[in-house]
Amino acid sequence: MSVEDTEQTLILTGNEASAWGARRAKVNVITAYPITPQTTVMETLAEFVDSGSMNAKFVKVESEHSVMAGMVGASMTGARTFTATSGQGLLYMAEMVHWVAGTRLPVITTISSRGIAPPWNIWVDYSDVMSMRDTGWLIQFASTHQEIFDSVIMNYKIAENPEIMLPVFVAYGGFTQSHTSKPVIIPSQSDVDDFLPPVPENGWSHVYLDPDRPIVHGNLVMPNQEYMEFRFKIHETATRVSSVIKEVIVEFNKKFGRDYQGLVEPYMCDDAEFILITIGALSEQVKIAVDMLREQNMRVGSIKLRYFRPFPVDDLVSLLKSTNVKGIAVIDRSIAFGSPTGGHVSSEFYSVLNQLEKGITYLPGVWGLGGRDVTVDDQVAVFTDLMNLHENGEIATGKNKFIAGTLWVNIK
Amino acid sequence: MSMKEMLGDECSEEFLACGNSACAGCTSELALRWALKALGPKTVVVAPASCTNVYIGLWPAASPTVPFINMAFAAGASAASGIVAGYEALGKTDITVMTWAGDGGTVDIGIQALSGAIERGTNFIYACYDNEIYANTGTQRSGSTPFAAITTTTPFGKKEMKKDIAKIIAAHDIPYVAVVNGTDPQDVFSTFKKIKEMHGPRFVHILSPCPPGWRYDASETVELGRLAISSGMWIMWEQENGIFSLKKASKRYLDKEKRTLVRDYMKKQGRFSLATDDDIEKIQEWVDKNWDFIQRRIDSGC
Repeated sequence: MSVEDTEQTLILTGNEASAWGARRAKVNVITAYPITPQTTVMETLAEFVDSGSMNAKFVKVESEHSVMAGMVGASMTGARTFTATSGQGLLYMAEMVHWVAGTRLPVITTISSRGIAPPWNIWVDYSDVMSMRDTGWLIQFASTHQEIFDSVIMNYKIAENPEIMLPVFVAYGGFTQSHTSKPVIIPSQSDVDDFLPPVPENGWSHVYLDPDRPIVHGNLVMPNQEYMEFRFKIHETATRVSSVIKEVIVEFNKKFGRDYQGLVEPYMCDDAEFILITIGALSEQVKIAVDMLREQNMRVGSIKLRYFRPFPVDDLVSLLKSTNVKGIAVIDRSIAFGSPTGGHVSSEFYSVLNQLEKGITYLPGVWGLGGRDVTVDDQVAVFTDLMNLHENGEIATGKNKFIAGTLWVNIK
Repeated sequence: MSMKEMLGDECSEEFLACGNSACAGCTSELALRWALKALGPKTVVVAPASCTNVYIGLWPAASPTVPFINMAFAAGASAASGIVAGYEALGKTDITVMTWAGDGGTVDIGIQALSGAIERGTNFIYACYDNEIYANTGTQRSGSTPFAAITTTTPFGKKEMKKDIAKIIAAHDIPYVAVVNGTDPQDVFSTFKKIKEMHGPRFVHILSPCPPGWRYDASETVELGRLAISSGMWIMWEQENGIFSLKKASKRYLDKEKRTLVRDYMKKQGRFSLATDDDIEKIQEWVDKNWDFIQRRIDSGC
């Protein structure tokens, strides 16, 4: 039986899992430009398309600005569109990233995240995707190889929902995820087709390029006309999309036998007093640190944040209210220069903290920038720092430094 | 096609409605109108940032009657590449995709995407209406502004010569390049009519006198177009599948004796009001040198 007809488990890199997501989603148009560590997504897709195992137009453009401009043009014809990028490439396409969301186009883009230059850095660091925070794109972090593949499929269903029509970034770590290999379950094409219907025959309902139904798009809008209302609509959609995301996850879990829990995933939180909140693959590793501390009878837990946009305030509030939490650490793998907490998630987390009981100890921090290793010991040390801060009001530790409101984990 | 035939039934349909907000005497609007008449209703237009974005109408009013999208400055050719790929992927084969860009959007910020789209053999038309300035932002200098021209960022005249975009595009081994006169509807119409049936990337460079930018009276646009050609400032040629030819309107000016003086062309325009005799002489030399190049191309037979 061919790989198309039956579910198979393949040993894939994270980038190959992304490419398989695009293949199973039967995307019509791909545009891409090489950049480490994304490049093997593009190479895998080139192999799929040129060998005839995937029926798509692959436009190998001359820059990332053109990558995303190409996505705009292709999606406006009603095609399903896909690309992937990293770091500098994402920054170079920034203008068109806004354009995609402003046009309400359901483009899916995976990001093999890397540090931003200078100096050159090609290793995991989410500062690249975090710089796209306010573009109107939904932003999801995939923490396993399987989740990379599954997320591409799920997010097309979310993005193409006529009530949503917003693009989605699926981000994961450069090299630690993009270039390591793991078993990934690839469902049969027909099962994915059942879950994800083809694109509408006559284009998206709100914008299409069809000479039989001509539209003019993007004209200058004066201050007293509807520019502000267009912005309101994007924001309003990006904040109410949570229910659609949850519905799609439930349907996907049922169809493919997974157990994604929503926009946030708690681990050992029921009776936890100290909780560490993280994004991406390090959220999986934190579970080991939690297990080790639990063996010492410490009431600790962790939360994996799957979606950063929308920021799941309500989910986090209700989850944390159901615990005995006394202290919370939020550690970012990205740097928000000059922000009060130093990190993107930790800064946003104040919206959650404001709705919790007063007196909870809060420890924001950053770790692993530019691919620096974050070990289980480092993660245990953050729990120790959090507990020290709660009990003694101070942080005494070896490799970590608490500077101007930010815990810098394992810094020289 | 004669002017009489052009004004008959075949061209009676308008794809750029009247009442738009182009300046009086605007060449871009005139040329776009006649280009669309030649291309017909199965056309999609991509317009990167330029005057065109504004004169087609303020939202929700719009003058184009074909699908028309405003696009980011650098993305004229790349967004068109995406549209072409989308149509190819979805099996739609009867739609012409055209990028309509100004000179800033073409010779400066858009040149990378344009070069890439041509190299990839994108099946589209790229039209550059060249008014030799960033007109939409208030007449700043572009790479296409001629030497000695006053702009708001060259208040005493530009110090550098004009970039020859058509020559750069021709070097891409593109199926078709034409340099046309935007003030001559017959030239515009017949060129777009011809290239509509062609395949692959096609580039049209359109002379576009601009009353506020060039500082002349709006009634003189057509006259300025004629002077640009008779003085040899603007050389009308085409290159089809690698074969170069001078267009009829420029043929007689291969003979230097037949050309009018560049000085007479410049004196008509306020933008050259600070040009010294030396400056005018420099432009004259530049024009003569350009014609020498044309002569060598003709002599070489390719």
